[in-house]
Amino acid sequence: MNNNNRHLISILMENEAGALSRVANLFSARGYNIESLTVAPTDDPSLSRLTLVTSGNEQVIEQIVKQLNKLIDVVKLIDLSETDAIERELMLVKTKASGEQRAEMKRLADIFGGRILDVTDATYTIELTGDGNQLDNFLRAIEKDAILEVVRSGATGIARGQKALHV
Amino acid sequence: MELITGAEIMVRCLKEEGVEYLFGYPGGAVLHIYDALYVQDDVKHILVRHEQAALHAADGYSRACGKPGVALVTSGPGLTNAVTGIANAYMDSVPLVVFSGQVPTALIGNDAFQEVDAIGITRPCVKHNFLVRDIKNLAETIKKAFFIATTGRPGPVLIDLPKDVTIAKAEYHYPKKVKLRSYNPTIKGHAGQIRKAVDMILSAKRPMIYTGGGVILSDGSPELVELTQLLGYPITNTLMGLGAYPATDKQFIGMLGMHGTYEANMAMHECDVLIAIGARFDDRVTGKIEKFCPTARIVHVDIDPSSISKNVQVDIPIVGSVPNVLRAMISVIRDEKLKPDADALGKWWRQIDEWRGIKSLSYRQSNEVIKPQFVIQKLYEVTQGQAIITSDVGQHQMWAAQYYHFDRPRQWINSGGLGTMGFGLPAAMGAKFAFPDQDVACVTGDGSIQMMLQELATMKQYNTPVKIVNLNNGYLGMVRQWQEFFYQKRYCMTYFESLPDFVMLAEAYGHVGKRIEKPGDVEGALREAFAMKDRTVFLDFITDQTENVFPMIPSGGGQNEMLLAERDEMVSTHDEGMVLL
Repeated sequence: MNNNNRHLISILMENEAGALSRVANLFSARGYNIESLTVAPTDDPSLSRLTLVTSGNEQVIEQIVKQLNKLIDVVKLIDLSETDAIERELMLVKTKASGEQRAEMKRLADIFGGRILDVTDATYTIELTGDGNQLDNFLRAIEKDAILEVVRSGATGIARGQKALHV
Repeated sequence: MELITGAEIMVRCLKEEGVEYLFGYPGGAVLHIYDALYVQDDVKHILVRHEQAALHAADGYSRACGKPGVALVTSGPGLTNAVTGIANAYMDSVPLVVFSGQVPTALIGNDAFQEVDAIGITRPCVKHNFLVRDIKNLAETIKKAFFIATTGRPGPVLIDLPKDVTIAKAEYHYPKKVKLRSYNPTIKGHAGQIRKAVDMILSAKRPMIYTGGGVILSDGSPELVELTQLLGYPITNTLMGLGAYPATDKQFIGMLGMHGTYEANMAMHECDVLIAIGARFDDRVTGKIEKFCPTARIVHVDIDPSSISKNVQVDIPIVGSVPNVLRAMISVIRDEKLKPDADALGKWWRQIDEWRGIKSLSYRQSNEVIKPQFVIQKLYEVTQGQAIITSDVGQHQMWAAQYYHFDRPRQWINSGGLGTMGFGLPAAMGAKFAFPDQDVACVTGDGSIQMMLQELATMKQYNTPVKIVNLNNGYLGMVRQWQEFFYQKRYCMTYFESLPDFVMLAEAYGHVGKRIEKPGDVEGALREAFAMKDRTVFLDFITDQTENVFPMIPSGGGQNEMLLAERDEMVSTHDEGMVLL
């Protein structure tokens, strides 16, 4: 009950100016924590899909869900952690890649299913997709001082099976 | 096809919504709207003297009559001045539609003269807000604003109107109905939950009904009275809920909470089934959450799902509008001829009567100095309990709540959630607009009244005769009381070394003023004031400077840990309570 579990909440909301601020504001105003947040329009341009990762005990998560539903711009939402879901995050990593490092970096990128998007004589820019843990593992696997820059999109997700969040 | 300006569209929409009064203050960004108001008589504009007052007056109007309050302010400082009033309405769930002027769309974001981000500033304290960038959306946005403000759990909605939108022209079409795919409040309670709740309610040995402002906002008082009397259970109201159940009825055991009666708080603490209706388990009510209703199973009826299990976990939640859910409960009880446990109830009432016997609202009367409680008692007698009473915030607010017995909903108008000093006077003016033929009194103090004093001019201009009952003790009494109890009488910044001569001040504004200094003169002064039907009368009662509000649950205390006036001269608090308010 008091365990602070990680939750992946996916929200369908009106694609209107200010809708994102309402969500972000709710979290800061009520002291809820927000680990990541990602948002983009859907196939229906009047709707946006926002995915956020938060954590809290059962009671806090229940309030978060209720408070989000109370926002006028929120059409529907689903707590993907309560269901069987696929979670994915995109990461772009710029690494040093010279001398012996170069072959090793390429090998690790291959093992983690990454793609090298850009190459210079001293660097690689690698794209990786996976759940948060996979991305963390990759960063742990490569030499720490080889990392020049890391950009993560924040987690996004979708329920498995026939379940779908739509209007 | 007739094309009219945005300003004209706005005024026509207000007319279609049946808006009688628009409380506002002009400025550059709203000049076009004022020009559109000039050429019509349907919507009457009330010119306040400060934007905060426009909001409080619209708020008081709405609380008195149930219709949405409407306000209009200009951009920049007009809007920032209005924010306190908006937040006040938000905390007490009052339906308001607020129009703010904005700089022209082309200038938004340029730090233009009198520009502020109204949408951003008000976001945390409105139910919803809109920036209208295109005149084509104006009428529909206004319709949506009224719909959102008045349905579900009500609240203020702000419409920010850039000046160019008020000037642009469009065809007028006001939708009859509006549907929002993302907003659809649950009105009807879940039948299964209602059935389970009725069973739990009737299984009670020591039942308690606890109701809040939601009953008043939803006009659920008749259903509440019927259910309470059908069951024969004791009932308490929150500060916001007073009047939902007649205070003079024997089943009413007083207000609960920090300054509630001994019997109400003890009954809460000892009850085995708590029936919470349109109340939100606010910290003024619960005291320390861990000590709240330790033996109770809880049924909670509320239209706002986020109010349920927010502060206190409940056993049977029912989301729905109060009158709707209570009617369903009454039907189940009547149809199945269900009866409460009469023996247990009799025993419970005997216990409650014993607590009542403590007379927790007694105070030491004096022949020398005016006791503030005495003034409220006399106010109640002189108005025969029929006046609409507004209040400001502080000790006088608690005394008004304790000693004026409200028998009908919408009779008691105060700032409960935000606790806004300055609310009382403009709210009284708003209530007077709603009910010009009823007596309206504003119970206030020398601190609060000075925060919105300028409205005496508005009241003169529109002739809204209100009786101002100023309980003048020279102190910010509630803060002083806390300093006495919890800060070893270090009265830091709570004594006013200089106060205006309120009698002269009232006269300067064109009203009647009177100072009362002897207990023997209290009743006569009140009678005289209320006899002057068409005058605003400022009654400046010089009261006991050291009187404290009792009973009191100190911060961090449980409901059974009340301090009583006679018994507890010395007060201490729990260390952990010091961080609480």
